[in-house]
Amino acid sequence: MTYLLVIGTRKGLFTARSEDRRAWEVIGPHRLDAADYASMASVYAVGIDPRSGRILAGAESSHYGPSVWYSDDAGSTWHEPDAAPIVFPEDTDGSLTRVWQIAFGEEPGVVYAGVEPHALFRSTDGGLGFRLMRALWDHPHRPEWFPGAGGGAIHTVLPGLLASGDRSPDGMTVAMSTGGVYQTRDAGANWAPANRGVSAVFLPDGEPEFGQCVHKVAAAPNGVMYLQNHHGVYRSADPAGEGWTAVEKGLPSNFGFAVVAHPRRPETALNFPVLSQEVHLPPGNRLGAYRTDDGGDSWRAMTEGLPQGPYFGIVLRDAACTDGADVPGFYFGTRTGDVYAATDDRERWHQVAAHLPDVLCVRAAEV
Amino acid sequence: MRVTVHLPGLLRADADGAAHVPVEVDDDARLRGVLDALTRRYPGLDRRIRDDRGVLRRYVNVFVGEDECRGIGGLDAPVPDGADVRLLPSVAGG
Repeated sequence: MTYLLVIGTRKGLFTARSEDRRAWEVIGPHRLDAADYASMASVYAVGIDPRSGRILAGAESSHYGPSVWYSDDAGSTWHEPDAAPIVFPEDTDGSLTRVWQIAFGEEPGVVYAGVEPHALFRSTDGGLGFRLMRALWDHPHRPEWFPGAGGGAIHTVLPGLLASGDRSPDGMTVAMSTGGVYQTRDAGANWAPANRGVSAVFLPDGEPEFGQCVHKVAAAPNGVMYLQNHHGVYRSADPAGEGWTAVEKGLPSNFGFAVVAHPRRPETALNFPVLSQEVHLPPGNRLGAYRTDDGGDSWRAMTEGLPQGPYFGIVLRDAACTDGADVPGFYFGTRTGDVYAATDDRERWHQVAAHLPDVLCVRAAEV
Repeated sequence: MRVTVHLPGLLRADADGAAHVPVEVDDDARLRGVLDALTRRYPGLDRRIRDDRGVLRRYVNVFVGEDECRGIGGLDAPVPDGADVRLLPSVAGG
């Protein structure tokens, strides 16, 4: 079996391949275009289509703007659609800043893009062209969503997922900074906030209906969700019903960006704490992942194989993932350009890459 | 009237490799009209130089003669007959 890891960085796109998930061959930065104007672009979102194997990359050139590139040969060659793949309708007065998230629907060819400014787009042709999902753009809460430090964006898109045991082709959960968690049960015609229990330490009302700065939501296969908030780690089996419960015992900090759910066991998740909203450094200046196997009731450090000395790179919201394999692999990259992998049967991290530009996102798959 | 648009190397792939593009526009054309004519001919260029709202991208500079357009009216800058219009990436990024 071959495993493919796609790594989006502040300066370009890299891939890594491995047969055993210990020894990796790293290639990159890939040439996205012949003129290389986009090859140094910031890659904030990548996705590997589980149906076709197509890799999609949302990249942003500081000079020439954002776009979506794709590869149908595991990263060897890259293409950009002839027409701009994501464009805001004229009457919205919106303009694409960057793509933050690429997610795949269950229907053939359906791809979602969460973008900045806060918006969700949908493609039915495998990611070559997208259309704005209008009801979320027109949501009456929109005037009160404002950008967090990273920008105002929909950064989490979970097609089909609403709650534990509630999987529906017309359902979807999204999360945004700021704004919080929203869900639709009717294929995007209506959206409702689902933030009960989630704090907003930066607002006078500490637990508003919406407006939270949710950093990431990860879903287990049965629909149980883990949420990394702007201070606060939560779990929910039904965000719109019972709401969210804090699950922070054993974590050195409740601040952070990334959280990853185990693709087989709903009680297992990985978290990557950051010291605080003021200090974006690993707690104690030590790089560490934290793992729960009891639904967040307790967490333990998972640091074997990681640097044991002072370390100052944190893990950003999409810079951690799983490959979803039968024996799952977990991956994360840091702002100081290191990438690590571990498999579920042996909790030891192996270095995939070192000294890359800031790692913004990673996605992995068996290929 | 006719003006000539000069493209930086990085954008020539979106203009069939052309470095210099002669553009025919109305006699009272403004810079917006020049860019509209340019991008009608090479549609792939438009998204590189203007955003979804038609606003010039922040780090794309457009000179009409010796003047960067933002100092002479932006996209409404007048463009004289025979002018050289140069698109240049600004000193930014890294």
